[in-house]
Order: sequence, then structure tokens, then C-alpha cells
Amino acid sequence: MLSRTADHLFWMSRQIERAESLARILDAHYRHTLLPHTADVVARDWRATLGSLGVLDAYLARYDEFSPATAYQFIAFDRDHGGSIVSSLWQARENARAVRGTITSEMWETLNSTWLEIRSYEPDTSDGAIGDFLEWVRYRSHLSRGVTLGTMLRDEAFRFTRIGTFLEGADGTARMLLARARRGFAPADDPAGPDAYVWTLLLRSLSAFEVYRKVYRDAVTPWRVTELLVLRDDLPRSLHRCTNEVYTNLCAIANDQSAETERRAGELHGAFRFGRLEQLLAPGLTDFLELFLERVRDLGGRIAHDFLVPATGF
Amino acid sequence: MLSLKNAYDEMLLPDGSHREHYRRYGAWLQSQAADRLARRRAEADSLFHRVGITFAVYGEDEGTERLIPFDVVPRILAPDEWQYLEAGLRQRVRALNAFIADVYHGQDILRAGVVPAELILCNAQYRPEMQGIDVPGGIYAHIAGIDVVRGDDGQFHVLEDNLRVPSGVSYMLENRKMMMRLFPELFARHSVAPVEHYPDVLLENLRSVAPVGVADPTVALLTPGAHNSAYFEHAFLAQQMGIELVEGQDLFVRDDAAYMRTTRGPRRVDVIYRRIDDDFLDPLAFRPDSMLGVPGLLSVYRSGRVTIANAIGTGIADDKSIYPYVPEMIRFYLGEPPLLANVPTYILRRPEDLAYTLAHLAELVVKEVHGAGGYGMLIGPMASRAELEEFRQRILAHPDGYVAQPTLALSTCPTFTEAGLAPRHIDLRPYVLSGREITIVPGGLTRVALRAGSLVVNSSQGGGTKDTWVLER
Repeated sequence: MLSRTADHLFWMSRQIERAESLARILDAHYRHTLLPHTADVVARDWRATLGSLGVLDAYLARYDEFSPATAYQFIAFDRDHGGSIVSSLWQARENARAVRGTITSEMWETLNSTWLEIRSYEPDTSDGAIGDFLEWVRYRSHLSRGVTLGTMLRDEAFRFTRIGTFLEGADGTARMLLARARRGFAPADDPAGPDAYVWTLLLRSLSAFEVYRKVYRDAVTPWRVTELLVLRDDLPRSLHRCTNEVYTNLCAIANDQSAETERRAGELHGAFRFGRLEQLLAPGLTDFLELFLERVRDLGGRIAHDFLVPATGF
Repeated sequence: MLSLKNAYDEMLLPDGSHREHYRRYGAWLQSQAADRLARRRAEADSLFHRVGITFAVYGEDEGTERLIPFDVVPRILAPDEWQYLEAGLRQRVRALNAFIADVYHGQDILRAGVVPAELILCNAQYRPEMQGIDVPGGIYAHIAGIDVVRGDDGQFHVLEDNLRVPSGVSYMLENRKMMMRLFPELFARHSVAPVEHYPDVLLENLRSVAPVGVADPTVALLTPGAHNSAYFEHAFLAQQMGIELVEGQDLFVRDDAAYMRTTRGPRRVDVIYRRIDDDFLDPLAFRPDSMLGVPGLLSVYRSGRVTIANAIGTGIADDKSIYPYVPEMIRFYLGEPPLLANVPTYILRRPEDLAYTLAHLAELVVKEVHGAGGYGMLIGPMASRAELEEFRQRILAHPDGYVAQPTLALSTCPTFTEAGLAPRHIDLRPYVLSGREITIVPGGLTRVALRAGSLVVNSSQGGGTKDTWVLER
């Protein structure tokens, strides 16, 4: 297939997944703020959330205080901020438009309707409204994923779409954990600790609370939550699952120059496939996650180089 | 308003009864509850938006995309009307292709004095790069959109030949799909000739003109990109044909061949269905500032290693200064009398035509010879005194640049308006495909001028479209 087409597909699915991740990260934050907090804690939590998204500086360049109204506006609705939910959905739709002949018409109509709805949406950052909005974003993402799986031919185009989805999914889950880590929560195995409830909230934001109960049949502990989100191959958005999918799909589209990219994806997957949590977290949760995000960035760049923007004459 | 009462009504006879081929539809229409059509029309609008059958509006906010208004009342052609029209279109396009081949080879028609040589050789649409180049099958205009109107005499006339990158065929296909969805019962009672196979016929046609010796040709559609106003159509046709939709940056030339950049390395392209103008095709040969084209493409084309459809240089045959000579071309190349008449045209480089035109400016339509899209045009009966005077000066300064025609009372078809059904002027653009043989999908795109009295059907100026039915019996 055309390299440019593959590029649009890759970014289309990344942007959809990014919108979902942002909605989940904001949702985790939102649930957390419903607990009683002092003003100091509110500011600390926004710093942690914006920092884990890598947009703290961009936020501070525009606003000098942390209020829910400005922070929600910035992450959810700001069209001038390329990393917002609205911008992500717009970019997903524009990428889909560029390849509307390659994706199925149902996929295109789904992404286009999402955009048409959000275009006429009046941004509202009040408590009830933001919760509804985040839920809507998640459902639109479910719909996009469903229509992709339900209608798309399992060809090369599908593979690129999947790689985009899972690379971004790995990124999103890592950032959610990072937001926790930056608030000072460490996964010490203390089921009775005061932070246990915070980890329950995290599971809910990741739609993984019931899963946790099913897997562990026991109290929520930070250690087990981390294990679930990092090491379980059967949890759809775990780091293990996402890197597994990236690696498998990458192998299916290998070309003459992609061997090193494949190796690095396999190495990343292998760390979760064969690693132990104690060993992975030895440098500390924050450092582990930051290194992981760096690896994900590296893979994205290598995929672009090998498949999406080949030099003339390749 | 102009001449509505004289115009030929496609549906109704002067006594108000239905023409025979509209009788069944008319009975159905009368049986419909008043608000059903309005509801259906609203449904069509929301469907078109969701499917994204829109065109981008230049210079407006991101995501400003407009619909081309769709009218739910079909334009119906009787079997014998279409038979005659089809024969006339085939004849005309055969002659036009023969003319282009002649211009770029022996120029017999110039030596015979049928068409003045300076009209060709000094024309900006003439491409000297094409001189002596053989193209597969001798076909230049593989896809032709011939604009046909019906005058107050009930006869069809050709208003314009579009031989470069004619557009609109996706609306023909989508309008039919929409009509079948909104009014399935109508298709059960009429035998409407199908149009849905157009993409198959187009693909077959493009494959049939591949370079000699290519057994299984790869065809790609070249688009200027997602910001082009016709992008929907480009993506739609590529998808329907199952071919790659490429931009200039996706193609490159190496070792005298054209390639696409793919995820598995270069892939040879044999036929390029281009939807960008000659000027932008190859920055090395034409406009050096073109970001849309493929450097070196012309040289591959000239050595016959890739087919470009339509061919480079077809503009020489659809220029408005050449149009008046098409009936003569038909006699010259085919030895047949033309089946479809031209609209009578005054050629303002001729002194007697110029004098007549200046004396009757308020009655005539004046067109720039290189204009398109309904721009650069004067409609005398609708122009103010100041506009008439301005055009008079422009004509006097540069008579070669204009032709004039009587203002035609285009035929009308009942159309859904704010005030209910009312007659609106229409035209018809059938698409004529030339390859190993000539194929015409029955009907074409009917465009309608939605403003009362308006004669301009272009979508850029308030035009809409209708489904076009050719009845099989």
C-alpha cells in the first residue's frame, strides 16, 4: 500500500486512541477531585496530571493558576492546543478523510459523525457536564474500534491501524500510572494503606475494576493494580498486551529495512512476557514508566522511518 | 425573469398535462402527502452530511464543508430521446478525439482550412510537447463530460465539451443511491436504466489504454489532495474502482518509469487517471512552482511507458474558441452530418460577428474563450447598463478573447423550492468514456439552477443536482 496511506491510517488510529486515553486520564482525575481536598492538593493533582501528559509547560505558558475550568478546557476542548481531546478527534477525522477510499464507509461515517457532533458541542467544564462528555468520548472510541474490527479487511491497512492503536494505548496506560506515581503513590503492598481508594479509582477509569476482582478475588492493593496494568497479557490496555499487539502486527508487515524496528518491538514485548514486576520496578515506578514512554516514542519514530515516509528511491 | 414561459418544460405539456414518459411519476407525485417530500429532502441532507458528500469551501474556517443541494424530483428522459442523444454524443466524441490526434500529428484539418491554423498554434491550450507523440489507441479524451441543454424548440444542443478533467460523476452515482433509498417504490414501478456500473466501466476503459505490452496494468488516480473541492469524488472513484488514490508526492520517476512509494518499496504505475490540470502535472515541463505534480512524468509519458488519462493537451479541443468548429470536424473526420447541434455562436474575431454582437449585447450571452465554471460570463438580458458597458469595453479591447451566443431559454424541470414545486432551468452532463470502445452510462448528471429565473447551473454559483432517469421502456 501507499506509504502515505499507511501514515494516515497509523495516525488516524493513534488520534482516536489518544482521545480515549485523554478522556480516561481526565476521568481518573475527575473522580479523584470528588474526594474532599484542600486548594494545595488540587494544584498538586493538576500538576501531576498535566505533567504525566507532558503538557505542563504548555499549560503554564497560557494560564497561571490551576482551576478545573481552565485545566479541563485546556485538555478537553482547546482547539489551539494540538494535544486536546477535540484536536485529537479533528486530526483523526482529517486523517480518515485523506484515506476515506481505503477505510470502509462505515468507519468513515463513524469518525465523521463524531466530529460533526463535537463541532456543535458547547464546551462545559462544570462537574456533571465534564463527566458526561468524557463518557461520550469513550463511547465514540468504542464505536470506532468496533466498526474497525467489524468491517475492515484483515490486510496491511488493518495492521497499520492496529499498530497505531496499541502504540498509543501503551502510551496512555503508562501515562495514567505515571500520574499516580507523580502524586507520590508508590506501589507498596499495603492493602490497608490510606491510598488504597485512589487505586480503585484508577481501575475504574481504566474500566478494569471488575476485571481486578475477577483476577485477584481480593482487596485492591497498589502492587497488584500495577501488576495488572503492566504484566497481564489478557487485560486489553495493559503494557504487556499493547506491546504484544505492536510486535505481532509489525512482524506481519515487515519489509527489507524494518528488521531493527522489529527487534526493538520484540525486546520491549519480551520484557513483559518474561520479566518479573520486582525486577521491572527496581529503578522506581516513575523511572520505569519514563523509560518505557521513551521506548514507545522510539518505536513510533522507527516505524515512520521504515514504512511511512521512505526516502526517494526506496 | 427571463423567458420562463417560453422554456420547454421537461415534465409538463403546455396544457398542464404530463408528457407521456412523466405520466407514471406525475400520478405518484400527486398521491404524495404534502409534507412527505419535505421530510425526505431533509433526510437526504442529513445523510449527505454524514457520508461527507461535501465540497470544501476555500478560505473559510476549518471543517466548513457544504453540500451541493440535491433535489428530489428526478429528471426523466424517454427511451427514444436518450437513443438519439447517445448516438449524437458518440459521434461528437469520436470526432473530437480524431481532431486532437490530427492537431498533434499531420494537422490535415488546418491545411484543409476548416479550422484556422492560428487558432490552434497560438492557443495557450495547444501543447507543442505533444507533437508527434503516439498515445494508445489514438485516444486523448478518455473521459468526456459533454454539457447538453434543451432549447425552447425541444431540441438538444451541445453547450460545452469538457475534455480536461470533467467532474461531477460521483454526484450522478450518489444521487441515484439516495433516490433508491428515499423512494424505493418509484424504482419498482419504473424501469430506470442502471448507472451503478460506471466505476467498473471506467476501470475497464482505463485498463484498455495501458501502454502496449502491459498485461495486467496498475491504475492509480492522481488527486491534488484532500483540500481540493472535488476531493470527495477522487476518493470515491478510487475506492469504487479499487485503485490507489495518489498525490504527486506519492509518485516518482526512475529509469524512464513511474512508481508509487509503498510500504514495500516502489511499485510500477501504468495508467494515471489524473484529476489535476496539465499545468501542474510535471514541474520540470510545465509550471515549475507546482507542488502537486511529479517531476519527470512528461518524459516517461512521451516515451510511452505510462498512460495519462485524459491525455496532455486535450484542452485544445474544448476551448470556447474551437467549439464553433466542432460540427465541421464531424463532417471532416467522419463524413457524417452532425446529430447534435451546437448553440449558434458568434466568433468575435470575425468583424461581422463582432458588429452584430455589439449591436445586440443586451440579448446575448458573452463568454471568455478560456473561462470555465460560469465565471467571466455576461448574460445580457440580466446585466445592468454598467455591466453591459464594461463588457463592451473588454470586448473591444480584445475581441479574440470572446464568443457570443443567443441567450438560451434552457428547459425547465419542476423542482422542490421553499414555495413548493416550481420550474427551474436545467442542463445535462453525460459522461462519455472512450477506450477500446465508446461507453456511455445512461443519463448523466442533471444540474439545476435553484434561483428562480437563473440560467447558471454551476455548483459554485447556487446550482444543485437531480437524479437523471433514462427509461428503458
